[in-house]
Amino acid sequence: MKTFIQIQRYGDYGDREPVKAEGATQNQADWPLWEVFIRSKMGLDHKHVGSLHAADAQMAIENARDVYTRRQEGISIWVVESKYIHASNPDEAASFYDPANDKVYRHPTFYDLPDELKAM
Amino acid sequence: MFHLTLHLADDALIIGHRNSEWTGHGPNLEQDIAISNIALDQIGQARNFYQYAAELCNNNREAYTKFISSPAFHQVSGPIDEDDLAYLRDAMEFRNHLLAELKKGDWAVTITRQFFISLYQQLLYTDLQYSADKRLAAIAEKSLKEVNYHVRWSGEWVIRLGDGTEESHRRMETAIDQLWPYVGELFVPADFQLEAAASGLLKNPEYYRQPWLEKTGAAFEQAGLMLPAPNWYQKGGKQGIHTEHLGHLLAEMQYLQRSHPGAQW
Repeated sequence: MKTFIQIQRYGDYGDREPVKAEGATQNQADWPLWEVFIRSKMGLDHKHVGSLHAADAQMAIENARDVYTRRQEGISIWVVESKYIHASNPDEAASFYDPANDKVYRHPTFYDLPDELKAM
Repeated sequence: MFHLTLHLADDALIIGHRNSEWTGHGPNLEQDIAISNIALDQIGQARNFYQYAAELCNNNREAYTKFISSPAFHQVSGPIDEDDLAYLRDAMEFRNHLLAELKKGDWAVTITRQFFISLYQQLLYTDLQYSADKRLAAIAEKSLKEVNYHVRWSGEWVIRLGDGTEESHRRMETAIDQLWPYVGELFVPADFQLEAAASGLLKNPEYYRQPWLEKTGAAFEQAGLMLPAPNWYQKGGKQGIHTEHLGHLLAEMQYLQRSHPGAQW
């Protein structure tokens, strides 16, 4: 039996194929994981809502419809297999994000906004 | 019309209850939710039909409820409602197709039965939404959206399982053999269906046999499954002659209302 230890961090998904026990029958453990994105209204973005298991994209969309839109949460669904999502490494958070800390001039807060602009 | 409405309600309630038996027992989380959603859709449809049936019944209660022998039903004081129709009738007074009441079996049986019934309901509701009876038409129109999804969902599973592994294919074949004798009944009119056809409420179900067979055949072909030849079939559900399974189902479903009449959550 082939196994290996894998350290999983939040945000790390299936870069490797799942461990398959020898002689194991086909079951849901073999179904890949999919990330689900839902658009709640026209004009808004698709937002990540969660993940689920499905055998293929078609089933993933139907599962997403049943799991994530039961209470009229959406009008459009995207699914993407989790293994295609690449995450930034949390160990590199310092060099990635901290340098932006003291660059306040990058925020568009030095303008006077007209009162009519509500959604900024 | 009362009997037709009651029949539509019974079909929806019984298949809905059967599917609800999967809640918490589905093959995986996603499908557990999917089948529970379908069960809820169907029980919702049943409620709409029962509410209408209850109204019709209250207009002419004596004539319409002669066929009901259950004492609990006749002890209802005041107008009857949807719950009385669902919970206070005995098995012989239910008018659902036998196909709906069969045990849920394995996932292949549940899928195949759902596909058979959803396809039938899709054809039926598509016509019913243009029925001369506005109320039935409205319920059909609302339900059709749900049923279209049930057909899609169960149809995909038929193909997945039929065209899947050796085991899933074998289970599908077993399920089809087991359910096939109960399919014929869908297309053989009962008296109330003949009356409805005569008064222009709904077509004779005989009319749906051919399109149903064509659609099922198309799905089976994709799934690599054989459509069995038409042969001898079981009937009686629409006349109140049921399999032993309905009694068990009702015992469980009606227990609370029968033991604690009028109980509320």
